[in-house]
Amino acid sequence: MADQADDLRKQVSDAVSRQQSLNIAGGGSKPFYGYAPRPDSLRLDLGTHDGVIDYAPEELMIRVRAGTRLEVINQLLAENDQMLGFEPPDFDGQATIGGAVATGISGPRRPFAGAVRDFVLGVTLITGEAKQLSFGGQVMKNVAGYDVSRLVTGALGTLGVILDVSLKVLPAPRKESTLAFHTDLSETFELFDRARGYATLSGAAWQDGVARLRFSGTEVAVDVAAEAMRNGASTPVEDDFWIQLNNLKWADAPRQLWRISVPRSSPLFLEKLSVLDWGGGLRWVKDPDGNPRDALDGNQGHATLVVSRQVTEVELFHPLTKPVRDMHRKLKSVFDPQGVFNPGRMYGDM
Amino acid sequence: MRMEGQLNLDKHKFLEALGKISGENVISDRSLLTVYEADGLTAKKQLPWLVVLPREVQEVQEIVRLCHQHDVPVVARGAGTGLSGGATPHAEGVLLSLARFNRIVSVDFENELATVEPGVTNLAISDAVREQGFFYAPDPSSQIACTIGGNVAENSGGVHCLKYGLTVHNVVKLKLISPEGELYELGSEAFDSPGYDLLALLHGSEGMLGIVIEVTVKLTRIPDAICVVMAGFTETADAANSVSDIIARGILPAGLEMMDQPAIHAAEAFVSAGYPLSAGALLLCELDGHRSELEQQITDIKAIFENRSATSVEVAFDGDQRDRLWLGRKAAFPAVGRLAPDYYCMDGTIPRRQLATVLAKISELSTEFELKVANVFHAGDGNLHPLILYDANNEGELQRAEAFGARILTLCIDLGGTITGEHGVGIEKIDQMCVQFSSDELSLFHGIKAVFDSTGILNPGKAVPTLSRCAEFGAMHVHASAEEKFPGLERF
Ligand SMILES: Cc1cc2nc3c(=O)[nH]c(=O)nc-3n(C[C@H](O)[C@H](O)[C@H](O)COP(=O)(O)OP(=O)(O)OC[C@H]3O[C@@H](n4cnc5c(N)ncnc54)[C@H](O)[C@@H]3O)c2cc1C
Repeated sequence: MADQADDLRKQVSDAVSRQQSLNIAGGGSKPFYGYAPRPDSLRLDLGTHDGVIDYAPEELMIRVRAGTRLEVINQLLAENDQMLGFEPPDFDGQATIGGAVATGISGPRRPFAGAVRDFVLGVTLITGEAKQLSFGGQVMKNVAGYDVSRLVTGALGTLGVILDVSLKVLPAPRKESTLAFHTDLSETFELFDRARGYATLSGAAWQDGVARLRFSGTEVAVDVAAEAMRNGASTPVEDDFWIQLNNLKWADAPRQLWRISVPRSSPLFLEKLSVLDWGGGLRWVKDPDGNPRDALDGNQGHATLVVSRQVTEVELFHPLTKPVRDMHRKLKSVFDPQGVFNPGRMYGDM
Repeated sequence: MRMEGQLNLDKHKFLEALGKISGENVISDRSLLTVYEADGLTAKKQLPWLVVLPREVQEVQEIVRLCHQHDVPVVARGAGTGLSGGATPHAEGVLLSLARFNRIVSVDFENELATVEPGVTNLAISDAVREQGFFYAPDPSSQIACTIGGNVAENSGGVHCLKYGLTVHNVVKLKLISPEGELYELGSEAFDSPGYDLLALLHGSEGMLGIVIEVTVKLTRIPDAICVVMAGFTETADAANSVSDIIARGILPAGLEMMDQPAIHAAEAFVSAGYPLSAGALLLCELDGHRSELEQQITDIKAIFENRSATSVEVAFDGDQRDRLWLGRKAAFPAVGRLAPDYYCMDGTIPRRQLATVLAKISELSTEFELKVANVFHAGDGNLHPLILYDANNEGELQRAEAFGARILTLCIDLGGTITGEHGVGIEKIDQMCVQFSSDELSLFHGIKAVFDSTGILNPGKAVPTLSRCAEFGAMHVHASAEEKFPGLERF
């Protein structure tokens, strides 16, 4: 529980004056994600800049320093019957909230409750000029100034050092039930479709011939939904499936692991599918024969190469259209004119 | 950045070129221009140089390109219901109305999405999908009139945003036109998109970063059952504290609204909603979900209200009855508008736990400024709408109303809140931006603006003050970290 902001700002300031690039690290739980830090980058350790700054359960708001581990936050919230709505993976307790916000990775609840960015209310940043700035705030609604808080969410630390973040939290469900169905993929889509009629649906995934539906909410509402969806092929299950799913436990040393985000009803990538999540909108493909991006050409969706064991020519993150890429490059130079923060971590030239 | 008064322009040539692009869609006749002289912030009037009402996307591209070539300001306008002067015209500029882009392009029920043109009204989206059991969740009180393009530009909210989120949470994709006339897309029909979240950045950007030309929104299923619980209280503090109690109980209502006595009386006189006139404050709490689950929540909420000394409680499941209860709230602005020749609507947001404090303080300020005020709140979100009553014909009253408003906004910042929850900065709150943000923060905003609009032709003079303006205003914010700023708050 320590406020290291002054020290961090000094480290950034030194780095900027020496044009020394920095590798911003939280809990170090997601080194595989994005390009490896440049060998000449210095590590800027956010892991000890931790602690809860403000938590007001009746405000549905928590403000925490970036290095605070998700485990700590989840536990504090649980004690107050609340939770993070976006269900970030915590990678065996290593992950920090700073890393969760910077990578913008949301869990199985995403289609039903929202993404990381939907819960970010405000951030404090150190910019590439070593200035400490605050955007957004601790309140639910705020349209003063451009939405920098959401802009830096998912920017992989390339726009600045996130010092602290204010998040909207949700009441925890009184009850949660999962049903497992032995079924093939075509029936799975029908199943998901029907399940979407229930507001308590909080997870819809498929793996290895088994589809799962999770319902969360008040006891009655969960029971009503589970009862209605139950059939001959289903069994109620209580295991740690959703945690395993979220933490990529199933991936098992892939050569390549692709995360493909498409409209829910897309017919693509169903042949060589490892996992279907987000009610159909998220597709994980292990060791494909070609480049999945070829199939996306002209279709809605994007593909991220999350794990790659060999060096590859393929860009890890989906290429951007020309005007959008130009905007990225210019935004990067507004936030980080010297290019000290995580250079090349997301896109090679940024 | 744009400098004022630098227009070195052959106006006739420009008009001729514009005429070639848009023909009779151009309005330059003074008497017709007055229709556009203000948006919902009617205290600020300004005739535009020209108005164009294009019909085709390519036409918009060409108009914007022409303006860019000649450095002519472009102010986008939807329905002109904005309350902060975002669509107030520029005297030397083109007012670009998107009102004719009013088609619903496609509805995809399978993926629960609708793609619409920017001039489609908020309510028209819900109307188009209601029969299939869906609605578009963000519902500003102006929803019959305001456009989805304006909603995106302001990141508008409504009474259902506590549970369903603001515009930014319900839009998945935008098609935009850059100041250079280039068409581009942000977001996608998938659940996320690669790169920086520019989609979020464009929300609430008040027409400063790009022209929205198509919007894909998320549709929400109409819940199984809906009910409204209305409660009257003698003391506003009891109503305010009930709000926190409900949230603390783990209940997330679909909407949670509050009105004070002047607002109750105005609404009742206007629409006869059946509000208790003896109440000092009124809460409207909408719950949705499975019917049996609602029964339980109603029991819990009734207990909370009783515990906080509610003087009346009414529960409505029936659609007509619910509509009647909401009618007074939804018509609150025009209702209050009948109490005085003019009213000034504020939009500060505070942490919910400060509701009672803020109300007491606003009442003191009302005495100090000798102006009546009626309060309407999105209480669940801590978003205040004090409506300051004044008469612009009385010497100095408008200035007094503005000074009163400015004090309320400073109060919101001091209590850990913000100057605007949903109405935007526009020209109205531009000075208060100097109080909320430091010069470095404002500089970063200018940097962002320049990325999207390097010559500053889009809506110049709005939303983000120049540093020199702040220096003149004399209230540049100096950063105390929030930890020092609120020593009274509990720490961990
Ligand atoms: C009675 C009343 C009640 C209201 N209630 C609410 C409420 O409950 N919640 C709420 O949030 N607001 C409310 N408002 C405010 C207002 O209705 C919203 O801000 C609304 O989103 C404005 O939409 P519009 O189409 O009228 O936009 P306009 O007023 O025309 O424009 C607003 C801003 O958006 C920009 N803009 C418009 N269209 C585009 C486009 N296509 N591309 C780029 N920029 C564009 C304009 O330049 C301007 O800056 C209320 C207003 C009134 C008068």
